[in-house]
Amino acid sequence: MANDEASLALPPVVVTLPAALVNLFPGCVRRVDLSAATVGDAIDALDARWPGMRDRICDSRPGIRRHINVFVGGERATLETRLAPGAAIMVLTAISGG
Amino acid sequence: MAKKVLILVGTKKGAFIVESDAARSSWALRGPFCAAWPMNHVIADPVTGTIYGGGGNEWFGPAVWKSTDLGATWTHSSEGLAYDAGEQPIKAVWSVAHGAGSLYAGVEPAGLFRSDDYGQSWRHIAGLRNHPSRPKWQPGGGGLILHSLVPHPNDKGQLWVGISAAGVFHTADGGETWEPRNRGTRADFLPAGQNYPEYGQCVHCLVIAPGMPDRLYQQNHCGMYRSEDGGRHWDSIEPGLPSTFGFPAAVHPRDPATLYLLPLNGDTTGRYVPDGKAAVWRTRDCGGSWQALRNGLPQENAFFGVLRRAMATDRLAPAGVYFGTNTGTLFASADEGDTWNCVAQYLPAIFSVETLVVEA
Repeated sequence: MANDEASLALPPVVVTLPAALVNLFPGCVRRVDLSAATVGDAIDALDARWPGMRDRICDSRPGIRRHINVFVGGERATLETRLAPGAAIMVLTAISGG
Repeated sequence: MAKKVLILVGTKKGAFIVESDAARSSWALRGPFCAAWPMNHVIADPVTGTIYGGGGNEWFGPAVWKSTDLGATWTHSSEGLAYDAGEQPIKAVWSVAHGAGSLYAGVEPAGLFRSDDYGQSWRHIAGLRNHPSRPKWQPGGGGLILHSLVPHPNDKGQLWVGISAAGVFHTADGGETWEPRNRGTRADFLPAGQNYPEYGQCVHCLVIAPGMPDRLYQQNHCGMYRSEDGGRHWDSIEPGLPSTFGFPAAVHPRDPATLYLLPLNGDTTGRYVPDGKAAVWRTRDCGGSWQALRNGLPQENAFFGVLRRAMATDRLAPAGVYFGTNTGTLFASADEGDTWNCVAQYLPAIFSVETLVVEA
């Protein structure tokens, strides 16, 4: 299946990024619309648009960085969390990180 | 042609640049840079003027920052700067060095990476962490950190690294294989009879003498040392110094017999400058004798320390000497340490000081 057809099959979601992260990538915006089946896929999609962003959200275990929180629909999520159409994903810097 | 001198300062909250002309009498501060990240080591390539900064942010992890316009703009990258899945992730970059056309990064937990594209992407030099001693590496007080990187000036296959607290290691084959080089340096924190182990010493700073690549100097948690054989054997150069404890070391840009140290009062008594009086100590004879340099430094109620990468020299003549304190004050000398001035204060805790001299 072509890439654009594949993405159309994926649920559309919206990701909100923290300002401290947005400021590291010229041209990045706080609210991003994309299509992804899981939180991990959404992060991959962000990385495709802004190379290097995955490394800022995830570490090499692999997992979401210890002091980053990702919420889906208000619930704490992991990379494996599946996304429904219209899901709202919030990436937040945790207070534990300073 | 007129020159300008840049002091590159890594701090707990960002990188700063303090700049002067070759007279080094009036300084201007710029910064903070690098999104106010903790910046553990900021260096420059003296040929291209490119500035590199290694750091790590609690939220966003490790990265090497880079500026090709003397700090006006910055980018960052951590592409390839990672261990394998399942291993403890890299927390921060603690040292950066350039040598033989490559860029090296030392990280926490201790390991070595190399970039051959000016910091855009990195490759793990796995031979170091594959050394059979690694399961016994213990962290120092600040963590298990590769904080000293010393490329051989002429042989691209040779590199020395200093790890707290695994000791000094050397490679002659570009990082494929390594050997510990700690014979003669003490580990006072081990039981009597075990104080001179093959590895496990808490080296604080490792530097190489200009023009004499077999001569190295080392500031250790437990003493100060010189080697004349590439680190295979170390001799104490402590007699004449006020303590056996300190963090930074800086070599003269041209004289292999001149070294600058900044001994502190001890590891359990505050880690301040001794007796509340600041002094840089200089030897002109490879550590045979020492001179305290105090002119212009505070001589009462001084309770600061200077961390392992926070002292440097510049390549002008007479050589400039610089150090930054963990209380955010930067001192500079334009006459090889004979006299000092405070050139910046109220900065965040200073982690590193390096210099760059460029055409104005």
